[in-house]
Amino acid sequence: MSVVKLKPSATQTSLLSPMLEVTAAVAIPASAGKQRYREAAITLLNSVVPPALGMLLFVLLWAQIAHLSGIPGPLKTWEAAKVLFSHPFYVKGPNDQGIGWNILQSLSRVGLGFGLAALIGIPLGFLIGRFGFMRRLSAPIISLLRPVSPLAWLPIGLYVFKEAQPAAIWVIFISSIWPIIINTATGVTHVPQDYLNIARVLQLSEWKVFTRILFPAVLPYMLTGIRLSIGVAWLVIVAAEMLTGGVGIGFWVWDEWNNLKVEHIIIAIFVVGIVGLLLEQAILWAAKRFEYKED
Amino acid sequence: MQGFVQLENVQKTFRTKQGEFVALRDINLSVAQGEFVSLIGHSGCGKSTLLNLVAGLFDASDGVMLCAGREIAGPGPDRGVVFQNHSLLPWMSCQANVYLAVERVFGGNESKLQLQQRVDAALSLVGLTHAARKMPHEISGGMKQRVGIARALAIAPKVLLLDEPFGALDALTRAHLQDELMRIVAASGTTSIMVTHDVDEAVLLSDRIVMMTNGPAATIGQILPIDLPRPRNRLELVADPHFAQLRAEVLTFLYQRAGLAA
Repeated sequence: MSVVKLKPSATQTSLLSPMLEVTAAVAIPASAGKQRYREAAITLLNSVVPPALGMLLFVLLWAQIAHLSGIPGPLKTWEAAKVLFSHPFYVKGPNDQGIGWNILQSLSRVGLGFGLAALIGIPLGFLIGRFGFMRRLSAPIISLLRPVSPLAWLPIGLYVFKEAQPAAIWVIFISSIWPIIINTATGVTHVPQDYLNIARVLQLSEWKVFTRILFPAVLPYMLTGIRLSIGVAWLVIVAAEMLTGGVGIGFWVWDEWNNLKVEHIIIAIFVVGIVGLLLEQAILWAAKRFEYKED
Repeated sequence: MQGFVQLENVQKTFRTKQGEFVALRDINLSVAQGEFVSLIGHSGCGKSTLLNLVAGLFDASDGVMLCAGREIAGPGPDRGVVFQNHSLLPWMSCQANVYLAVERVFGGNESKLQLQQRVDAALSLVGLTHAARKMPHEISGGMKQRVGIARALAIAPKVLLLDEPFGALDALTRAHLQDELMRIVAASGTTSIMVTHDVDEAVLLSDRIVMMTNGPAATIGQILPIDLPRPRNRLELVADPHFAQLRAEVLTFLYQRAGLAA
């Protein structure tokens, strides 16, 4: 069906035609024989062709812009990346280390800052969600602090900790704690009254109520909060490291700017994007495992 | 005579923004041990509120409520509740849902094996042994409601409270479950109070039907004894003139007298 739909556009866009020949080639023997095989092939093509097309478009656009502006194009960047990733873990002094170390350093900062945020944010979220008094008490504080730009917290961190490393972790912590608190609290207030009525009718202990009803009911909300939180943390780390220095992907970007290795900056952008994507996918995968169906 | 469930001058008012709202007043009801009583009335008449009072989920504003000679102060596992929308915990298998209740009530002095036997017995009573390990979303609405009934019965309650238990089901499934409930209650002899808006269901299952006037300030308008002999058969009753007469009495109350003050 979608093969028929795609065909007219083939004549319009030359870009599409190589992909479409593949579609037709798979579809023809299938339509002769097995309906199921054909449907599976169409589903696969529908999920593979558009993203591949998007990436191709992106690379072409990049090449064009590189041609016009003088930034490194896809090919030059690819060559640089091959060199860079052939020795990802070299150490030549404190300010010159392999890309692998830089990524791992950034990840460990994000892990620490986010871990602290989760450690404090999840219990706080439960308290705020469970008790109206806590909700009203915390509402003005959260509304006041949440919109503050993450980097505005950096000087406070530097002043208090007198060191770059804990200050960067502090920035991650304070900017990633809000989604965790808010989503956990929302989850707690959305636990269906029916489930709590069961707890009341059976007079379950507080511990059972928490482990058997509250926690599983809130978990999907909590994981959404964690996903948003890690997203923010990874977003903020590059900027924070640019300012604090040391080893890390953000600092590395700045360092390569000072060295005028623009192709490395582009590589860094890809690295940041891919790591962020992987983090998000990992949480989504975890969330899917803990998801429950209402009906 | 002192009933097994005894309500005397029970009143329930809710505090709203517009002031006090009287939902129920002057409720006097005595349910004998082993009796099956239905509460029927138009929606909003407070029949579910009354059931929640007996369940202990609401506190009465005034009056006395007794269950087996003891005052009802809050919910407790001596009263099993079947909720309208089954209320199974979606992250647990049917078995685990029933086990949670059984463990709470009998966990103190029975082994895990004995608890599991109680779960198995309850599920087999409602004919769901084969679905024990299934998750609630994997089974039909009627099966879910049966697990809900199994959960309520597994804790061996003194009173079974059913809040429109079959309201959300299709007519055929409903008829099937009504027959099953009739069989289970007859076998266990559990005292039961059921909220319903289905006249046929009320007449078929009940020993007495408590008919409520319309709210606000609803109360009991009339209590109709259903003296049809048991066991009752749905198909035979259809042709029974006495069944038709009882049915007509309930309908007459609902459509002509429910709106008038009792």
